[in-house]
Amino acid sequence: MNWLLVVVGAAVGAPLRYLTDRAVQARHDSVFPWGTFVVNAAGSLVLGAVAGASVSSPAYALLGTGLCGALTTYSTFSYETLRLAERGWRFLAVANAAASVLVGLGSVFLGLELARALTA
Amino acid sequence: MTSGADPVGVAEAIDPDVDLHVPAQRAETAGGHKWPVLAAISAGGAVGACARHGATLLWPSPEGTFPWALFWVNVAGCALIGVLMVLVSEGGRTAPALVRPFLGVGVLGGFTTFSTYALDFSGLLEREEAGIALAYAVGTLAGAMGAVWLAASVTRAALNRTAAP
Repeated sequence: MNWLLVVVGAAVGAPLRYLTDRAVQARHDSVFPWGTFVVNAAGSLVLGAVAGASVSSPAYALLGTGLCGALTTYSTFSYETLRLAERGWRFLAVANAAASVLVGLGSVFLGLELARALTA
Repeated sequence: MTSGADPVGVAEAIDPDVDLHVPAQRAETAGGHKWPVLAAISAGGAVGACARHGATLLWPSPEGTFPWALFWVNVAGCALIGVLMVLVSEGGRTAPALVRPFLGVGVLGGFTTFSTYALDFSGLLEREEAGIALAYAVGTLAGAMGAVWLAASVTRAALNRTAAP
């Protein structure tokens, strides 16, 4: 059962990442990969909230492992950081790596605390 | 932010999911093209997420220990995107329309994950395993960057070798 929920969550999460990335780029033309930055931060916030709400195992499979798992990405983040560095935008590469990790970690903490406060 | 090197190659993707600076990718969702692209991403994402889910079930990490399964999932996914993007995007190379959406955006995007990486880090910190938490956060970043760089470099070298007479 959990496998099916992972499939359903990921089948929504992956295209949601693509569409969000497009929408961010269409509104904000920049070489800095804001689209991926936004989905990783948002997905981390939602996953923190899902974990903080102590949801059931099926709900976690759907929303956590599936949806947030596929909405966020490490592979896209790593390749774009490599390309920024290789194309001469070293500062943007370092800024992307540092900001993505710090904001991702901060988002997860924020999500956890919000959900715990609301469900306490 | 657009100042800097390499204006000539500006039409080569930086963001492998989708880069609107690349005309073909900008047009990817125009009209009826949209649904096959979204379906390919969706299907690929499901495949990738199942592979990740399977890996974490096969090699579970007890709470408070280094999440090795997810570490290797992310490092492997980063190596594979390095190979894929060199083959389908760099140097003027192209691929059939649904290859990058299915394999790159879908399978590898669904396989690797940033949110669980962040959650595992916070879980380690809350268990007062600050050393492991820091090793995991920095180790994954270093492993991912090393993997994508090495895989892309090896793939480019292999292509150059086969292209040479």
